[in-house]
Amino acid sequence: MYPELGQLALILSLLLAVLLSVVPLAGSLTGRDNLQAFARPLAAGMFVFVGLAFAVLTHAFVTDDFSVAYVANNSNSMLPWYYKFSAVWGGHEGSLLLWILMLTGWTLAVAIFSRRLPSVMISQVLSVLGMVSVGFMLFIIVTSNPFDRLLPNVPADGADLNPLLQDFGLIVHPPMLYMGYVGFAVAFAFAIAALINGRLDAAWARWSRPWTTVAWAFLSVGIALGSWWAYYELGWGGWWFWDPVENASLLPWLSGTALMHSLAVTEKRGVFKSWTVLLAIVTFALSLLGTFLVRSGVLTSVHAFASDPERGTFLLVLLAFTVIASLVLYAFRAPVVHVRSRYGTLSREIFLLLNNVLLVSATLLVAVGTLYPLVLDFLDLGKISIGEPFFNLTFSPLAVATGLLLGVGTFSRWKKTDAGWLARKLLWPLAVSVLVSTAVMAGYGGFTPWAFLGIFSAVWITTATFWDLWDKSSSRKGRIHGLKRQSRSYYGMVLGHLGLAITMAGATVVSNYGIERDVRMVPGDVAEVGDYQFVFVDIGERRGQNFTAQYGSFDVMLDGERIAELHPEKRQYAVGMSVMTEADIDAGLFRDIFVAVGERISDNAWAIRLQYKPLIRWLWLGALFMAAGGFLAISDRRYRIRERAIEPSENSSPSQIGTQGVAGVVS
Amino acid sequence: MLRIICFLTAILASGLSYGDVAAVYDFDSLSEEQRYQDLIAELRCPKCQNQNIADSNSPISKDMRNAVYQMMLDGASNEEIVESLVGRFGEFVKYKPDLDSRTFMLWATPAIAVLGGLLVVAGVVVRSRRAGTTAPALSAEEQARIDKMLANRDQNDNG
Amino acid sequence: MKRFWLFMPLIVAVIVGVVLFAGIGKDPTKLDSALVGKPVPAFSLEDLNKPENSLNESLFQGEVTLLNVWGTWCPACRDEHADLMWLAREKNVVIIGLNYKDSRDDALVWLDRLGDPYRKVIYDPKGTLGFDLGVYGAPETFVIDASGVVRYRHVGVVNGEVWEQILLPVINDAREKG
Repeated sequence: MYPELGQLALILSLLLAVLLSVVPLAGSLTGRDNLQAFARPLAAGMFVFVGLAFAVLTHAFVTDDFSVAYVANNSNSMLPWYYKFSAVWGGHEGSLLLWILMLTGWTLAVAIFSRRLPSVMISQVLSVLGMVSVGFMLFIIVTSNPFDRLLPNVPADGADLNPLLQDFGLIVHPPMLYMGYVGFAVAFAFAIAALINGRLDAAWARWSRPWTTVAWAFLSVGIALGSWWAYYELGWGGWWFWDPVENASLLPWLSGTALMHSLAVTEKRGVFKSWTVLLAIVTFALSLLGTFLVRSGVLTSVHAFASDPERGTFLLVLLAFTVIASLVLYAFRAPVVHVRSRYGTLSREIFLLLNNVLLVSATLLVAVGTLYPLVLDFLDLGKISIGEPFFNLTFSPLAVATGLLLGVGTFSRWKKTDAGWLARKLLWPLAVSVLVSTAVMAGYGGFTPWAFLGIFSAVWITTATFWDLWDKSSSRKGRIHGLKRQSRSYYGMVLGHLGLAITMAGATVVSNYGIERDVRMVPGDVAEVGDYQFVFVDIGERRGQNFTAQYGSFDVMLDGERIAELHPEKRQYAVGMSVMTEADIDAGLFRDIFVAVGERISDNAWAIRLQYKPLIRWLWLGALFMAAGGFLAISDRRYRIRERAIEPSENSSPSQIGTQGVAGVVS
Repeated sequence: MLRIICFLTAILASGLSYGDVAAVYDFDSLSEEQRYQDLIAELRCPKCQNQNIADSNSPISKDMRNAVYQMMLDGASNEEIVESLVGRFGEFVKYKPDLDSRTFMLWATPAIAVLGGLLVVAGVVVRSRRAGTTAPALSAEEQARIDKMLANRDQNDNG
Repeated sequence: MKRFWLFMPLIVAVIVGVVLFAGIGKDPTKLDSALVGKPVPAFSLEDLNKPENSLNESLFQGEVTLLNVWGTWCPACRDEHADLMWLAREKNVVIIGLNYKDSRDDALVWLDRLGDPYRKVIYDPKGTLGFDLGVYGAPETFVIDASGVVRYRHVGVVNGEVWEQILLPVINDAREKG
């Protein structure tokens, strides 16, 4: 009975979404306030019904209702309760339901936190979000209904959740990722609304910015979680494969970073408006493209959710309609007249524009690299593969260039920066960076050009950021006062940039100085990896809740001392007979030691994978810093004390609430 | 779908016979071992859902790894090893695409994008130089509001 | 002129959309053979039915043949077997079998039970010829012309439709051009 209620809830939310798409928009175009007033209640209602549907599906999982096809395909009575809960989004249909839950959630958040926005703007923003919701709800109801039933032949038990997904990673990674993906819909909605009502100005940028930053922060966390999860779960120590699905999440992140920075310029100086709007559209389009790629079967990936041509076509039509309609609107309505503003060659505006050039080039590179095999196949020019070697070669220079630019740009000032002054500012950071980088390289042993460039970029960003902080916090009333005087928005930037440096350092060091060995070991053998010795103590059997495992014991020695005891496993799951490698990792802030059991070579000999991974945790730590920076920036209170938006009929009095007031990146 | 069944059956079948595949190879030196690891990371399993032959346990990956090892023992260079596998399985098994007329646009993308972007930035700088330095005049009301806001900010700053 | 540039993103989006649309439904795992236009690689393997006989690449000289890669462990091969019997009987197609990574006993029992559409079967327990041919999963069927040159490789089962639309045109072409 309940699944049908879930179905009904979905249909009701679709109806509300349709109303939301039409009514407030119509009200905004005809100046009728009473129609516009429907926006917020409709957004709330939409969320409530999707929430209900989601709750019903969760209930079906938790109560082992195998009459629901989706539950039967993704769950099992022996599955631990916390995995039953997260199995809701473990497959295609349920993950889409999560998507739409996030979307309606974001829509409601925009409805709530926008009291100070002009009514016309907010009506249009919510209507656009409503339109996107309509598309996805239709997709779910028509092609990917999680509430389809298997009556009357209800299976006795379910097919079980893929063992790879029976992990903490499934509980956190998709929700974070979707918060990011879907969050960019808000920036998109603001952009479309601005194109519709023609009000594209610094105020618009100020409203859009916190929503963009938050979505970006969530996406950063989501991607980092995915990388971390793959690393410890898949058993071979990789953390990024340039797989199409991974690229699909990186594309909106790269574009979103460019958007964040471009919004800063538009908010502060009122320039680059057309470009910023285009970026907002493109970023969300890339989110949608990602959604399409992972479900259509067009590209092969280990992570692919589904490969169903019918669904793929529907999704592509949805994507095409959204993107083409927005770009047509953009082509006709984006301003071509430029704001007459003057800024010098070394101004902050130009540095941020260069930032955009590099980030957009990176986006283009990843997009082309991912889609190129499709293009060649389309032109009947054969099937090729594009993977890690290509991306590492082409992406790294862009990353390094971005890092170098960042360091210099930190000191730039709006409108004009004196070249001599800038050069003098850079001297100390440059000297320090060269010294520190050399020291780091010496510490890890071995100079390679790319290792140096990567480490140098990371150190360069760090020294420049701290030097700038030192500079800006100097005050006649003392250092503490100077530090307190900086805005949260500024500290957000500092954290964000430091996060980037940390991630770059981690990626460079682990790629260049990590060691990986596959060795044949019998119990009693010792293998050497770098400075570490791995002693294969024993291997035996153990039983888990729904699996049996070969349970290995390894001692890790450094300088004669045992520093870790590791227990990798090879599990066989009862349902489905699938075999999983569970690596064991001794995690540390500065290095990971990684052991995984491979194949059984003979009666007592096993293939063992041993890895030394220096600074690998920095990859994900950096992402956390970046996200923290984002969250800090939007909590900036200084610009929340704002007069009401400029509408002559209102009486203006400063008010305390509203979070849409985030202003310039620097003071 | 049937192919998937075939493939899975093949995996199970091969897993049941111990000793027919040596999953681990011995090398003379660590650098040779590293060279092997790098090679197998760059070659793609023709059958899998986007995995290199290092990470894949399908029978064809094992065969390919074995072939790489044998060729290394025979003294073949990296290019020769890769070409030999490409000659059998096609360009698909190389993760690093060749630079030829087909893939020129692919390799050129970053350069074109960056150069194009730099040109645009140069254009922006030049155009901004030509722009006037005068800002539009403020109305009396706008001037009054600005004065008020500046006064507020100064107050907050000193607090 | 300015407004023209604003239409560029739209044009790019449409092109990408067309490419994506064309990609839907295609099977990304079906690869073209790298051996098209090249002769069957040299090999020396036993005949499945007569172990004392050794077969080599000259087996393919003289007429256009199909080379079918199969194994008893492969369910799809079981499915296409009836079609292969039909091809051998009704269409007078010469099919050479390549018993890939299999056990001789199992293979012989299988052929005995289901029928033998093959003129000869090459016994390749280690998969060496398969590897040289670029076989990555069974069933696969090659079209080889009279001079022993590979003309085409089909990945997947052979049935009436595949025969009509894919294999027959290649065979006819190979026969004409000798």
